[in-house]
Amino acid sequence: MTVLFGVFLLTLLVITAVAIVRTKNLFVAVMLLGIFSLLIAANFFILDAADVALTEAAVGAGISTVLFLGALALTSEYERHATPHRWLSVVVVLSAALVILYATFDKPAFGDPNAPVHQHVAPWYLEKTPEYIDIPNVVTAVLGSFRGYDTLGEVFVVFTAGIGVLFLLSAPRSGKERPRPARPELVAIGLREDLIPRVVGRLLVPFILLFGLYVQFHGEYGPGGGFQAGALVAAAFILYALVEGEGRTLQALPQKALTALMIIGALLYGAVGLAGIVLGSEFLDYSVLSADPVSGQQLGIILIEAGVGMAVTGVLLSIFHAFAARDEI
Amino acid sequence: MDFALDIISWILLAAGGAFVLVGGIGALRMPNLYTRMHAASVTDTMGAVLVMAGVMLQAGLTLATFKLAAILLFLLITSPTASYALASAAMLAGIKPDAGQAADLEQDS
Repeated sequence: MTVLFGVFLLTLLVITAVAIVRTKNLFVAVMLLGIFSLLIAANFFILDAADVALTEAAVGAGISTVLFLGALALTSEYERHATPHRWLSVVVVLSAALVILYATFDKPAFGDPNAPVHQHVAPWYLEKTPEYIDIPNVVTAVLGSFRGYDTLGEVFVVFTAGIGVLFLLSAPRSGKERPRPARPELVAIGLREDLIPRVVGRLLVPFILLFGLYVQFHGEYGPGGGFQAGALVAAAFILYALVEGEGRTLQALPQKALTALMIIGALLYGAVGLAGIVLGSEFLDYSVLSADPVSGQQLGIILIEAGVGMAVTGVLLSIFHAFAARDEI
Repeated sequence: MDFALDIISWILLAAGGAFVLVGGIGALRMPNLYTRMHAASVTDTMGAVLVMAGVMLQAGLTLATFKLAAILLFLLITSPTASYALASAAMLAGIKPDAGQAADLEQDS
């Protein structure tokens, strides 16, 4: 049954991908990308990767669609004419596809218990998580503690991306002062004149925030964690910006606070790692944070997940505001 | 008892699936934007309610049922709002709600 659903979803995925490549209308392409992300999230979910599915649905289908639309508002709606060297690119893509297809014949069968991925460190993680960390969600244990270095790297990648986009988009053009929106009165009011979306949007914002906090603090017990929670909290503020206007959102959570969230989040993660050294163990070893090694691990994971959530919220909202504040590139 | 619940749940799921299918066909076959939205709204209301009710019967009186109820409430609040926003945006963009109009926006552009 899983294989049947998987093949069905993957077929839809291929159809969507072809449609994205073929369409000339970039707005349609962005909408199709959202569908693509949702399909792949469903695919992750039937493969029991609920954490990844939640991230993909929140970031891929939700936030990046909004960011793409923000970028699209600064450029044109239609793709320019394709480059003339089409045959060359077709040949390159086809040969790469053939090589990858050939390589898949060496892969172990789907769900094979003897596959290398199930023989390497995964059994150790599954076996030792109850002993060392004692939380039900092994994914969070691997992400936060066993592979803490990788997650630290991810947080700093997100942080660097945020800094990079801010540098690119908040620079004033050619010595002039910061460009003003073309129709400030429309940007200022947002959808405030449209009663139904405004009422429903305001009704939903607190619940989305609450759900974001649930995902943040329930990450040890179920699917969730800092990345997903950060995306959800950012989504709540973006919804608020859509119904109430850019200005009110910046009043509620000013850009300075967002930058601070980015920096404090990334630094909190690093500081928890350094605390391991200071207390006499290794970088990112949380066992020494508390008298009991197991509760020390749990405390460390809660702290670094909080750092991840803050950094992701700050970066996503900063990028959104940076797009929204410009009227052209 | 369990068997009866199973049958009711499958009837609900099948009916929900049928409504989603009808909505999908309608969204493809209807002549213009407003009639398409009208057809597609069936999937958000009847389709979602029936499928969710069927899944809730499968889940029984557990935490999952309450989560499903919360999701259903969320869908019932957001989908009509999204439909309203879409129709209102189409009106602002100047698409006239004319039932006899054969061409729609996609064919124009």
